[in-house]
Amino acid sequence: MKSLLALSIAGLVGLSVAIIGPVAFGQQPATRDLRAPVDFASIQDRTQRSVALFEEAGKVITHPRCANCHPAGDRPSQGMDMHPHNPPVVRGEGNMGAPGLQCTTCHGEKNAAIPTSSIRSIPGNPQWHLAPVEMAWQGKSLGAICEQIKDPARNGGRDLAKIHEHMASDDLVGWGWNPGDGREPAPGTQARFGEIIQAWIDTGAACPKP
Amino acid sequence: MRISVNGQAHDLDVDPETPLLWALRDEIGLTGTKFGCGMAQCGACMVHVDGMPIRSCVTPVSALEGRDIVTIEGISGKEADAVRQAWVALDVSQCGYCQSGQIMSAVALLSVEPKPDDKAINDGMAGNICRCATYPKIRAAIHAAAKSLEG
Repeated sequence: MKSLLALSIAGLVGLSVAIIGPVAFGQQPATRDLRAPVDFASIQDRTQRSVALFEEAGKVITHPRCANCHPAGDRPSQGMDMHPHNPPVVRGEGNMGAPGLQCTTCHGEKNAAIPTSSIRSIPGNPQWHLAPVEMAWQGKSLGAICEQIKDPARNGGRDLAKIHEHMASDDLVGWGWNPGDGREPAPGTQARFGEIIQAWIDTGAACPKP
Repeated sequence: MRISVNGQAHDLDVDPETPLLWALRDEIGLTGTKFGCGMAQCGACMVHVDGMPIRSCVTPVSALEGRDIVTIEGISGKEADAVRQAWVALDVSQCGYCQSGQIMSAVALLSVEPKPDDKAINDGMAGNICRCATYPKIRAAIHAAAKSLEG
């Protein structure tokens, strides 16, 4: 009886290690999480604090869930390795794809699960489209992206309040944290990302060196 | 759930997440729309929804109530007529499996871009794969259809 009990306890422990182990290691909490503005309070210099806040936001901005649709050319990328999008779609006028093969040909209003396929789901959002080419992030340093985000000529004419709104509230941006089965979400949450961007603005919106 | 296909209403008793492709083929009996890859990679399952090309294999029927669905069986209009004639004249099809999707894309392309150049054809048709590699004939047929639509 005792040995049976011992066996079942050992079995349970083994099972929980098997279940919890890979999840804990796979998520890599240190990089997956997004720190809060309060975590930067110890940085006395306001500009240095602002730069540090933007570098934290950079974990999201440079994450493939976001950067894949901010390509420098006419074709988006996909996957964590940011390989060229397949089918070989192009930007098209209005960043919505080419006549005959627009983004909406495959991307519906919400993520579509395909449980039997290797890609698990097709991303979806009512606003699915590419960022305009002047908002390209791929191949740029975080400092260069930061300057670009602040430049109304390259950010869709937005002031900093509008930039915060885009980052914190835009539904398509928010897809990055709800990317569907088979895709790693952007780090943290959109709410936390919005807090970081607001704190960056409040500290003078300073940029890392390009 | 009720959907409209080729102008006709159909009441469906299916899981709302069922892809349109299977509602068309298995419930309604319209088998002209083909299953290729099942993950929006090949274009064989192309239909039009409110005039726009859509991949039926990844579109749940729940998204389609009140929308106007047109399949290869129901496609009509001057672009469709021109494409059909050009396809026959140039004998485009080989095995034919992908051609339903090719034609739906070609009609959608010509509806927006009446005189596409080679690049516009490449870009608009890039999502439709043909295992017989009929691409040169598809391109020629689209040019021919565009020419017949002139004037």
